Amino acid sequence: MSQTQAINAEREPLFSAKNLKLLKGPLNTINPITVQVLGICSALAVTAQIKPAIVMALSVTIVTAFSNLIISLIRNTIPPRIRIIVQLVIIAALVIIVDQILKAYVYDVSKKLSVFVGLIITNCIIMGRLEAFAMSNKPWPSLLDGIGNGLGYGIILVIVGFFREILGSGKLYGMTVIPKFMYDIGYVDNGLVILPPMALIAIGVIIWVQRSREKELIEKQ
Amino acid sequence: MKALHEFLERIRPLFKKGGRLSMFRSTFDAFDTFLFVPGKVTTGGSHIRDAIDLKRTMSVVIIALMPALLFGMWNVGYQRSLSIGADWSLLQNFWYGFLVVLPIIIVSYVSGLAVEFIFAQIKGHEVNEGFLVSGMLIPMIMPPDVPLWMVAVATVFAVILGKEIFGGTGMNIVNPALLARAFIFFAYPAYISGSQIWTAGLMEGQGVIDGFSGATPMAHAAAGEMDKIPALADMFFGFIPGSIGETSKLAILLGAAILLITGVGSWRIILSTLIGGVLTVLLFNAVSLNTYMDLSPLTQLMMGGFLFGAIFMATDPVTAAQTFKGQYFYGFFVGVFAILIRVLNPAYPEGMMLAILLMNVVAPLIDHYVIQANIRRRLKRATIKLKA
Repeated sequence: MSQTQAINAEREPLFSAKNLKLLKGPLNTINPITVQVLGICSALAVTAQIKPAIVMALSVTIVTAFSNLIISLIRNTIPPRIRIIVQLVIIAALVIIVDQILKAYVYDVSKKLSVFVGLIITNCIIMGRLEAFAMSNKPWPSLLDGIGNGLGYGIILVIVGFFREILGSGKLYGMTVIPKFMYDIGYVDNGLVILPPMALIAIGVIIWVQRSREKELIEKQ
Repeated sequence: MKALHEFLERIRPLFKKGGRLSMFRSTFDAFDTFLFVPGKVTTGGSHIRDAIDLKRTMSVVIIALMPALLFGMWNVGYQRSLSIGADWSLLQNFWYGFLVVLPIIIVSYVSGLAVEFIFAQIKGHEVNEGFLVSGMLIPMIMPPDVPLWMVAVATVFAVILGKEIFGGTGMNIVNPALLARAFIFFAYPAYISGSQIWTAGLMEGQGVIDGFSGATPMAHAAAGEMDKIPALADMFFGFIPGSIGETSKLAILLGAAILLITGVGSWRIILSTLIGGVLTVLLFNAVSLNTYMDLSPLTQLMMGGFLFGAIFMATDPVTAAQTFKGQYFYGFFVGVFAILIRVLNPAYPEGMMLAILLMNVVAPLIDHYVIQANIRRRLKRATIKLKA
């Protein structure tokens, strides 16, 4: 990216405008899911309820943040030919740590997420950020970039999870929010929303809304 | 008629851009062109226009749907009278069915057209009449007892995600009416399958006589109760429970005649769908692993929505294949998949809906290969001539 400028700069403040952009960009105009279309698989699989979505979002954020940080710290000592292996080892180690923590403290969610915690290793967002950013940037911006992309991924998961849980099972975070009289007058939970196709449609609708708000995202013809 | 025309001409300036009522211009445009042939003149490209524009085509389809709809209304009442053991007259049956079906039609049109008008206004194009047919098809493929709010939700879903996001009428990939049904099918399965839903008023269960099941022929077949499938004549004339418009094959064939005589429906699609279906049934007859596979082709065609789908849904000019050769492939596989899903998948008693939706998605691919093959063939001819 702009690493030549970064070398010339003497000492920029921790949260300079450029660094803040690393954090905020992925939340909107370079969102990993809606703009770069990465990490779709897990976004479809774990968003039927909001609680697993939040846990998954946090897990991915932690892994992207720390793998970015670690790779950035050792970026000058990694031989280029084996860099993918080194990156994978670090991601895998972090994922195993996260997995163990989840199993120890939130066992029910961990069971619900099942293989998808392990599959964070294959999440394209993490590998993509390591290759595109951490390998050529200093530790602090890399950490921010990791957090930003993890949160950008997470925010979409939480939005999708919110709508799918409230429409699909009438609950939010496991608590019933649709009042009982609604069911009495004939309201029925939507079974389609629970199925993965509706998650894809929900993400599509989010992309639609985002593009009609951010004109710069619309492709030129 | 003339007075109406003059009235429309008089208020037209109000709806012009910058006029007082310009926020309703798409609404005005819609009613104006619905009533009278539009006075628009082409500015470029071809200047020859057929009098049969989209609106007239759609009107023909609506007329073709009428026999099935009117019979469906009567049948709703007839099934109701059977379920409570009453002996109603023809008019009583019709009136009861009319009161059940009319709200579904109104809800379907109001919710669908509301979405259409909003999008037309935002995008600044005129309201398309594509929903005229979809709005009529949706009630006809619903069970009589379907809750009205589900019809509304499904219609809005289908019109927005099936049609408007692709660019409106003429651009949609799948049939909006079928999408609405598929939405209810997956979202609220209890309200569109099973034996409770097919007779109006059965959900409340008041005064139902003993021995009345209300199950459709499809449900009997899926459950393996082949002896309970009604007689062929009953299924042909339509004295059976089922979706509102699909029960009477006679009325559907009447509609088919109207579509074919006016040339609005593609005979290639209808014919190849029937051939695909019959061949698949014959194949199953030969394999003959269970009683469902043993059903004769005629029984299979008379059951469920096969004919209705083949004649009114598969022939939708927008979502079907466009090339003549492609239409044969498209229709053939609609028939094949409909019977395949029906017989082999116990979770889906009727396969016509899913078969047509699947082939809707594949139709552009079929067209692509047909066109490519044509280009290749002609290129070959041209190159040979060059050599000589």
